[in-house]
Amino acid sequence: MAIDTPHIDQPEAGAGQGLLKGLTVTLKTMLRPAVTVQYPHVKPDLPARTRGVIALKQANCTVCYKCSRECPDWCIYIDAHKETHEPAAGGRGRSMKVLDRFAIDYALCMYCGICVEVCPFDALFWSPEFEYAEYGIDELIHEKDRLEEWTYTVLPPPPLERGAEPSEEHEAEGAA
Amino acid sequence: MIDVFAAAGVSFIEELTSNFWLALVLKTVLVMAFFLVVPLAIGYMEHKVLAHMQARLGPMEAGAFHGWAQLIADGVKFIQKENLVPAAADRTVYSLAPAVAMVPYIAILVVLPFSDTLFALNLDVGIFFVMAMSSVSVIGVLMAGWSSANKFSLIGALRAAAQLIAYELPLVLAAAGVVMLSGVTSMVGIVEAQESMWYVIPLFPLFLIFMVASLAELSRTPFDMPIADSEIIYGAYTEYGGLKFAFFLLAEYGGIVALSGIAAVLFLGGYQGLPGIPLPDPIWMAIKIGALSFFVIWLRATYPRLREDQLQRFAWLTLIPISLVWILGAAAFKVAF
Repeated sequence: MAIDTPHIDQPEAGAGQGLLKGLTVTLKTMLRPAVTVQYPHVKPDLPARTRGVIALKQANCTVCYKCSRECPDWCIYIDAHKETHEPAAGGRGRSMKVLDRFAIDYALCMYCGICVEVCPFDALFWSPEFEYAEYGIDELIHEKDRLEEWTYTVLPPPPLERGAEPSEEHEAEGAA
Repeated sequence: MIDVFAAAGVSFIEELTSNFWLALVLKTVLVMAFFLVVPLAIGYMEHKVLAHMQARLGPMEAGAFHGWAQLIADGVKFIQKENLVPAAADRTVYSLAPAVAMVPYIAILVVLPFSDTLFALNLDVGIFFVMAMSSVSVIGVLMAGWSSANKFSLIGALRAAAQLIAYELPLVLAAAGVVMLSGVTSMVGIVEAQESMWYVIPLFPLFLIFMVASLAELSRTPFDMPIADSEIIYGAYTEYGGLKFAFFLLAEYGGIVALSGIAAVLFLGGYQGLPGIPLPDPIWMAIKIGALSFFVIWLRATYPRLREDQLQRFAWLTLIPISLVWILGAAAFKVAF
């Protein structure tokens, strides 16, 4: 599709007309309410896709290590051990991995969101929460309990734009 | 015009007390109080108006209500700062410069009338005194720039001096038009002479020229080349900090008040109100000063800075010829009416 360049065709302005126009613009802006959000007093109304912090839903995590391997700056720490569950009646024991530690070092994280993208079981989410500054750089390593708390602040995804193609997940749900 | 002088020429303080020294102290206290309060109010107005013209809120925290104490807090901060003088600077001149820049505007406030008795002094040569004083301030800027031993300061100071030479002429010519019409040079006399008609009506072009030249005289946008921060850091004030810098800022806002006051006296009937609106005289004067100061701030929010050569060209090739022509117009008006 060709990009339309806007055709600039302004009539020759009379002397001083531009100066007056400028004055009206500033005056109109002054009479409109300001866009400032008084942050510490008023929390900002952030959109659902805000990259504030990465939250972890532990129940969904299968310890596949995909996130930590894909992380460009190696800021995700995962420790796990294997447990064997005895079957209820007969059969062989089922082994599964149990998450011991999941931590993200936000001093290293560059908020690329690759971990959220690669997670195959929807265990990682973007949360708009952003107030997690610390006094020491080592305190920026946040453990799984803190990451779990942030899942409660995750916003539902925004509705699709009009005319947008439905997502694959949505189609799969509809078919099922 | 002689009877006008007799009716309005005595300050209310002289009616209170006949003791010269007591009157002097009272006048000094009043003028200094005015100088320390009103420029801060104008500065606060600049913070808020500029902010809202940029869809911001401006100071909101200092003081309980909409950051009203912001400039007081700034002043406290300036007082706490270390009194630094650059090693290569000329110490005496460097330290004297802020005072030289600030005092002339206090001197202008002395003759500014707020009613036919509410003023500190009614000089017979009022408007000449005011014009002379308003150009002294730039000597302070020149001293600051020269003594700072800094190239940017020097460029800023020389720009300020060149700007003063270029814009003093249209300023004085515009004032001369008013003096021709009124026939007096005392500030109170000029106001009283506008009882039937404010001079902004017959002399509207001169009013515009006076405002433009005032902006240049005060180094306000769009004529702020002497302090153009994106070109020469902060011009003559680059090396200044703390209380000395605060003095320069106070001089700037005091200058806005002073020149708005002069423009109100010369063209807008000073303390005289519009017919049918009963307000005390000082309130009228305050409204006019406030409105003109708002206009100065409004221009700052709207226009970008001109180039140095554009500034000079504008003064010599546009403002001065137009003001000369309108002085002829004023003379014709005087003869006709």
